[in-house]
Amino acid sequence: MTEKDSILTISAHSLRRDFGTYTAVREINLELKRGEVLGFLGPNGAGKTTTMRMLTGNLAPSSGSVEICGIDLLDKPRNAKIHIGYLPETPPLYQELTVNEYLRLAAKLHRVSSIKIYSALDEVKLHCGLKDTGKHLIGSLSKGYKQRVGIAQAIIHDPDVIILDEPTIGLDPNQMREILSLIRELGTKHSVILSTHILPEVESVCDRVQIIHQGKTVFNDTLFGLKQKGISLEEMFAQLTLNNETLVNL
Amino acid sequence: MILIIAHKELRTLFASPLAWTLLALMQLVLAWIFLGRLDTFLEMQSQLVQISNPPGVTEIIVAPLFATTAVVLLIATPLLTMRLIAEERRNHTMIFLISAPISMTDIVLGKFLGLMIFFSVEISLVVALSISLLSGSMLDFGLLLSNIAGLFLIAACFASLGLYMSCLTAQPSIAAAGALGALLVLWAVDITTNNIDSIAQDFSLLKHYENFNRGIIDTFDIAYFVLFTLTFLVLSIRRLDGERIRG
Repeated sequence: MTEKDSILTISAHSLRRDFGTYTAVREINLELKRGEVLGFLGPNGAGKTTTMRMLTGNLAPSSGSVEICGIDLLDKPRNAKIHIGYLPETPPLYQELTVNEYLRLAAKLHRVSSIKIYSALDEVKLHCGLKDTGKHLIGSLSKGYKQRVGIAQAIIHDPDVIILDEPTIGLDPNQMREILSLIRELGTKHSVILSTHILPEVESVCDRVQIIHQGKTVFNDTLFGLKQKGISLEEMFAQLTLNNETLVNL
Repeated sequence: MILIIAHKELRTLFASPLAWTLLALMQLVLAWIFLGRLDTFLEMQSQLVQISNPPGVTEIIVAPLFATTAVVLLIATPLLTMRLIAEERRNHTMIFLISAPISMTDIVLGKFLGLMIFFSVEISLVVALSISLLSGSMLDFGLLLSNIAGLFLIAACFASLGLYMSCLTAQPSIAAAGALGALLVLWAVDITTNNIDSIAQDFSLLKHYENFNRGIIDTFDIAYFVLFTLTFLVLSIRRLDGERIRG
């Protein structure tokens, strides 16, 4: 394994996904280093969710390759998936379980050893502000709390790669700030992919931004680089995704 | 991993009133039939004494009880299997399982095992009813064991078929209707023919179960049940794996 591979936690090359005659993702390359937070942006229907489903092994790409921490996701899915934590658009929660039961299930499925489960559970509940809700049924929680449980299940096994699909949806401003600071904290040790439509959110937590449009990457640069060019993220986003005529070749 | 999924299935199953209601209702129906058969036996007893080699309580009470249990299970199974995959899809929790480092085989077998544990509970309740006869009579344990084995195998067939139906759709009610329809067809597939050698006879679930019910353990019947179960489990796994590719 070369040095480059050990730093890269995700490397996806020329991902393509067709649904019948419709191509949702045309050609996407994505690389992520440890300790990096990537803002994954694009208008509705750009192929963000499809890409994330491919990165997490929920959908097989029509062509292309995905490596998670140097392990091929398509060849050895079980070994690769241990390193991924995924929060889909709709948090995948069992309404009839309590928060503790559900998080323990998530930990066990991700092969957290039984000795570590209790400390992992306490830690993740502390992180996500779920300390007092352990014995509540998930079905009885408010939307914001459900969202937190969703984030908790994605990080309980301490994965190298955390993929969050619109994690701040339905949260109040305080919770939103808490979750963003949690993401920033996670981003120091792990790699995080954050998909969202809220641009200030991206500006406050992400190191790098990748914008996709019609299944292709149209922009990929650090926020620092963007700032140096003197263009705001919002302008860039509008310019690249609003109409195709103004699309410049990058 | 299979055990973790099975445990989760049982946990969610018993967290809902459905499992308890089903167990209670099935037990009520079966206890009623049990009492009915017991009554018949007591009425017949004086006549039975006059026959040489008369049928015992096991033949008169237990075997018909098990025959009815199979029908009751046939009706109850779709209610239990419809949620297995279809509901996970509807509640968006299938992603949770697929994203975890486990294979589709683990998911399918775990769910199947969870359901079989539930069926074991139900079967043990029926066995308890039969055993209660020991307080006033002798039991033919060979016949009882053959019945238990038959019921267990046929429950496995019901579960695997129901599980497969649940893989085909995201609507639990369609999965239930599909499973019930398919089971009823397989149950009575031989009804159209009177010919004993007809191939339809070989495909009828009922025909194979009848042998166990009479105390005949035939390898052909066992092979049929085992192959039936395996076929639908493999089809379920393939179906879910294919979904990742088709989208």
